[in-house]
Amino acid sequence: MKNAYNFAFFDEGSKKEIRRATLKAVAIPGYQVPFASREMPIARGWGTGGLQVTLSLINQGDVIKVIDQGTDESVNAVSIKNLIQKTTGVDSTIDTGKATVVQSRHRIPEEPLREEQIIVLQVPMPEPLRFVESSEYKTKRLHGDGEYSGAWLVLFEKIMKFGKMTGGAAHPVYVHDRYVMSPSPIPKYDNPRLDHSEGIQLFGAGREKKIYAIPPYTKVVSLAFDDYPFEVENQEGRVCHLCGATDVFFDELEDELTHEVYYQCNDSSYCLKRLNQGGGDNA
Amino acid sequence: MAYVAVKGGQEAIGESLKRLEYERLKKGRTIETRAIESGLQGLIDQVMSEASLYDEALAALAIKQAQGNPEEVVFLLRAFRSTLPRKYYSRTVESHEMALTRRISASFKDIPGGQILGASPDYSHRLIDFDLKREEADPFIPKRWLKAYLKEIEENEVWETPLKYPKVMDYLRREGLMATYEADETEPEDVTKEALKFPSKRSQRLQILTRGQTGAVTALGYASLRGYGSVHPTVGELRVGELPITIDPPFSEETGEEEAYYIGSIRVTEVESIIPRAVKTPSGDYEEELDLGYGICYGQNETKAIAMSILDRCLEEPGEAPTHDEEFVLYHVDSVEATGFISHLKLPHYVTFQSKLDSVRKTKKGGETQ
Repeated sequence: MKNAYNFAFFDEGSKKEIRRATLKAVAIPGYQVPFASREMPIARGWGTGGLQVTLSLINQGDVIKVIDQGTDESVNAVSIKNLIQKTTGVDSTIDTGKATVVQSRHRIPEEPLREEQIIVLQVPMPEPLRFVESSEYKTKRLHGDGEYSGAWLVLFEKIMKFGKMTGGAAHPVYVHDRYVMSPSPIPKYDNPRLDHSEGIQLFGAGREKKIYAIPPYTKVVSLAFDDYPFEVENQEGRVCHLCGATDVFFDELEDELTHEVYYQCNDSSYCLKRLNQGGGDNA
Repeated sequence: MAYVAVKGGQEAIGESLKRLEYERLKKGRTIETRAIESGLQGLIDQVMSEASLYDEALAALAIKQAQGNPEEVVFLLRAFRSTLPRKYYSRTVESHEMALTRRISASFKDIPGGQILGASPDYSHRLIDFDLKREEADPFIPKRWLKAYLKEIEENEVWETPLKYPKVMDYLRREGLMATYEADETEPEDVTKEALKFPSKRSQRLQILTRGQTGAVTALGYASLRGYGSVHPTVGELRVGELPITIDPPFSEETGEEEAYYIGSIRVTEVESIIPRAVKTPSGDYEEELDLGYGICYGQNETKAIAMSILDRCLEEPGEAPTHDEEFVLYHVDSVEATGFISHLKLPHYVTFQSKLDSVRKTKKGGETQ
């Protein structure tokens, strides 16, 4: 039974269906296209949306990179990569520059995407308005009407409460001046890099059964007010203890003995690449 | 290369999987799928229903692989289901064609054909039967029992043409006490081929409820019965039996009952609940009318089927309670979706947590910007 599966797991009819939804998503930037999400061999909430998008578009010549929270070696990234390779036989890489398809959870790699590359982001909660409106029936209409007061109100209330723009990952964005979209739980640090990206950015939400997209060179603006501008996470004064990078998103680590806090590139393959190119201070 | 990446994920996974296999084998015995098929019918029924995949042998294999953990079994079966091309759709199944093994009504003492209790734990005392241990020591105990039982049946000549009886509800319909509806022959929407949109159709609701997690469907049905909703049903008829499945000849223009191919039968539980409701008459008064809640699922899953019939009725009518909110019910009863999203919390959230931490630190600093 082990080898009884089709190339890329799905039957061809299923792949076609998912690709059709993806094409529609690319044609309407930021719009959440419903699709008949399948049950996958990995759990719902563990990247089944991204996985379905990836498997529907992957070809024999593709080179896959899978990261989770910025690293290729995270257990779930490894598990997803294994599954893709087992069912397709394609090559994998940890080098962002060499991948044709990058599947990621919670991060956009530091190295900017090029035109021929596709990034597939795994999305837990695709609906940016879900926190103000729990009904899908209603949020769909709000999007239709471009009625985004709710999203603005959330930001406004936070400013009223805390005196500044708070909130963690998944800060909502305006795509092509039309749809408000959740960029998936990437840190705010990654938000500006969605804007006018050269690569195709696809978003798959398996459990919520939605696919959406940002085509290349699309305007993406993070929601903010003129007097309270959008702020990324504070990276100031931080230096990677391995490669010496200063302008990246960091993991925060604590020395077990001295309890001193130190920092390391969250994007582990980027860090490795810098080290191997002799960019590190400790080299 | 001068530097080695922080490796570990690959190896760690390998070791964890080995450990899982060790846990399955360490006691020195494995369970045969044949033993599962003959001894764990209840679990097979439950997982086939939640997986919406009717295949007892495959279910047994999945039970063996998942070491009997129902959520894992359903997960395996659903993932397998995703790879199957849809070749045929069966012809409409009429449930009065069911070959009954059990059929009861809570609303009438005498129903045409009578109450048939069949096999059910309902009338047993839930006392642990320590004698079952003896059966393991002496395989002749079950054999002797079986022989005696079959002899008894033979002597009483009750053996056995398939039992087919009219539906209890037809009696109430003839009397005009039931709400009447036009027969709806629209093709059902297939929820596994098209994503659910709201407002949903009844065919979609019934599909999602029947493949719902047994515990989840039961809990929501119970909530409605107990106090969050106003639905208190009477079980008009609960039947368990085999339904024949037929398809139209694949390569022929001719269709119809005569031409159809019989491809097998499925064992199901079907429940028709009677639920009273007030209707406005043309003159402006209210009168009471009886309406129907419908539940059906693979195998013998009686509690789930009854709960489903309650929820079916809830979702047909507006109401304040969450059980009347179709998104609340339909989005949250699926086993694979619920267990998957809950369990994803075990995944690392370093990046998102770092981002949250940053936000908290900024506000703690009393609003000064960096």
